[in-house]
Amino acid sequence: MAEFALPKNSKIQQGKRYPAKPGAKNVREFRVYRWNPEDGANPRIDTYEVDLATCGPMVLDALIKIKNEIDPTLTFRRSCREGICGSCAMNIDGTNTLACTKAIEDCSKGEVPIYPLPHMSVVKDLVPDMTHFYAQYASIKPWLRTQSAAPPKERLQSKEDRAKLDGLYECILCACCSTSCPSYWWNGDRYLGPAILLQAYRWIVDSRDEDTGTRLDELEDPFRLYRCHTIMNCTRTCPKGLNPAKAIAEIKKLMIERRA
Amino acid sequence: MSAYKIQEHEYDMVVVGAGGSGLRATFGLAAKGLKTVCITKVFPTRSHTVAAQGGISAALGNMGEDDWRYHYYDTIKGSDWLGDQDAIEYMCKEAPAAIIELEHYGVPFSRTEDGKIYQRPFGGMTTKYGEGPAAQRTCAAADRTGHAMLHTLYQQSLAHDARFMIEYFALDLIWDEEGVCRGVLALDMAEGTLHLFRGHGVVLATGGYGRAYFSATSAHTCTGDGGGLVLRSGLALQDMEFVQFHPTGIYGAGCLITEGVRGEGGILRNSSGERFMERYAPHYKDLASRDVVSRSMTIEIREGRGVGEDKDHILLDLTHLGPEVIHEKLPGIAESARIFANVDVTKQPIPVLPTVHYNMGGIPTNYHGEVVQKVGENPDQVVQGLYAIGEAACVSVHGANRLGSNSLLDLVVFGRAVANRCAETIKSGSAHKVLPPSACDKALANLDKLRNAKGSSPTAEIRLNMQRTMQSDAAVFRTSKTLKEGCDKMATIFSSFEDVKVSDRSLVWNSDLIETYELQNLLYNAVATITSAEQRKESRGAHAHEDFPDRDDANWQKHTLVKVDEKGKAGFDFRPVHMYTLSDDVEVIPPKKRVY
Repeated sequence: MAEFALPKNSKIQQGKRYPAKPGAKNVREFRVYRWNPEDGANPRIDTYEVDLATCGPMVLDALIKIKNEIDPTLTFRRSCREGICGSCAMNIDGTNTLACTKAIEDCSKGEVPIYPLPHMSVVKDLVPDMTHFYAQYASIKPWLRTQSAAPPKERLQSKEDRAKLDGLYECILCACCSTSCPSYWWNGDRYLGPAILLQAYRWIVDSRDEDTGTRLDELEDPFRLYRCHTIMNCTRTCPKGLNPAKAIAEIKKLMIERRA
Repeated sequence: MSAYKIQEHEYDMVVVGAGGSGLRATFGLAAKGLKTVCITKVFPTRSHTVAAQGGISAALGNMGEDDWRYHYYDTIKGSDWLGDQDAIEYMCKEAPAAIIELEHYGVPFSRTEDGKIYQRPFGGMTTKYGEGPAAQRTCAAADRTGHAMLHTLYQQSLAHDARFMIEYFALDLIWDEEGVCRGVLALDMAEGTLHLFRGHGVVLATGGYGRAYFSATSAHTCTGDGGGLVLRSGLALQDMEFVQFHPTGIYGAGCLITEGVRGEGGILRNSSGERFMERYAPHYKDLASRDVVSRSMTIEIREGRGVGEDKDHILLDLTHLGPEVIHEKLPGIAESARIFANVDVTKQPIPVLPTVHYNMGGIPTNYHGEVVQKVGENPDQVVQGLYAIGEAACVSVHGANRLGSNSLLDLVVFGRAVANRCAETIKSGSAHKVLPPSACDKALANLDKLRNAKGSSPTAEIRLNMQRTMQSDAAVFRTSKTLKEGCDKMATIFSSFEDVKVSDRSLVWNSDLIETYELQNLLYNAVATITSAEQRKESRGAHAHEDFPDRDDANWQKHTLVKVDEKGKAGFDFRPVHMYTLSDDVEVIPPKKRVY
């Protein structure tokens, strides 16, 4: 059987340990992936001992505490700290999620491992390069496309039609789902991945949109859509409780229906 | 300073910030044929507009009688007569068209039974010039209106030919010898390279500075960068003493619980379960405006009627609304309350506390978004080449207190206004003036100083000192004593920045350096805020001064202008409030007693 090994310069090494201050009451270890492109060194895992007695309840609170009080060089994205901006997506305790809504006490016992979103190029530490993900988002032309003249007032939409957008429009583009998908890991260059397909479906089912045919045409492709193999990691990991796998299934159903 | 290489880029317009107003301006400018770049320190949909919940106001009248003139009256009354009435007229009159435009862009608004945009009641929004029932004026996409709007505005930006420079941080404004703004020097965070964006106009859409306080609903990135850039350029900010405390931040975490909860029927209760707002605002009760509700809650807590072990917060009860209303209209706050307060809102009340939320003050502008300063006897002198919109600006449509759901409106109305203005006044492709070689020197000197700062106070330590001082001394209620102490403490903290310590020396994604820049901006804003509060000897809107409990129109119905110098010393001047309208469609509303 073939054996795969990481290239030499990608092998993760044991990093520094930052012990808690003496007298710390409730210490938890956070093992954090570190990589700085400028120092020429391999990635490493630094271990920070954090006193939870003086720390907020979420993993983001611990990361901010580390940055503020222990190691200001630790680098990660964060903004709203309430689960709506999608900045602090990372792999925590083996799962892609938002650091700001992941409670420390919900992590499995012992040390808490924290890595960047999987299978993305790393810019530094916990900051992945999202350029390709954003370009894929733009590629589906995610805006209302209409042919008819705009009415002087709002386009009417029934409550039932509006309800079809629930579970779709709430997506925060954090990329937790796409980067949890093995098919996206393998074919991410051409497969759009669950986040972008969920966004595509959001426009396909919007009763106000008048370009459904073109939207489906643009997805009718062995890679863009059909690399979804219903693995369903996406739905399992979504920190907003959305169901990208179902959205993808709905698109596939529409493809079949329109052939009939 | 020649050690730093700077790449130069030429555009017609440079927008700084990609929240609601920045995006609306960016694609508005692009649609007008101006070559536009938007510089943003976070990916657009991460901007704090995304966290707005309750809705966006406009007198559509979809759910009962309404008129934009009622909205105009309410906004003036809400502002405690510090808002400029010409700008308020403009905003309220433009509002219905602005909402229809958003709907046409694809915002997934909630709907009424007949398929129109759903509208809910909100604090301070009334009918018949404050005499009628509460208005249903706030257009909502469940309780995620800001998210729905921001994503839609970014999608529109993708549909237009606008350039985005994502994760670029604006270091300083670049000026010529005549005091015309000529561009922005920015740092590409991913590479650590410097870029000078030349433009015939620079639009600051950088948001508020909630993070000057310890507990704020604001995101970590709300650091008043635009205000910092402007103060460091020697210009004045306006009405900085007016900081809005939102009545319902989650106790402890500080996360926002929308006023829409009370709009849908939620009730604030004290330790005896009493609906105490009936005593403070007999007519509109829990839907009085935010400054009134926040003060009432603070008085309840002070007088021993708070809840919890320390009797230090209040309960927001929505258990009587029923699971269906909560599921359809308020799903987002149900999620937030569960995650951050461990509360099932169908069964338990949410523990809440007034929390810093919005800055009415900011960069003074006229209703076109052009930055204005008082020069000699002219209080409305336009600063050439510089514009400001959104929370960063002070138009002023919010005066001393903003009404809930007027901020999302402010973003799109004035984002659009600035694009229209620039289309009229700026010719695409015209040549850029050659800058003096020293144009970037000051900005580079600051960069050099901060990059290599090896003092003894880490950024986080100075920031915490500032946040604690602002929290305790520029709070819901203020006194001469606390304000004086606060000014003294802030002066010391401002000076301590000379001794700042930056640990990260790298170029790539140096967030330690960025946070230090943000702290510098926050410090300027914080000093401007607390010194402005100290000098205003009256109570008006969000500025509740216990030694001067009444509004004093004779002496203080005027905008404060504040400059802060490099040493942190503040200087003051004043502009008159615009007590005139743009048309005969509405009358000027003269000051009167503000009762809800």
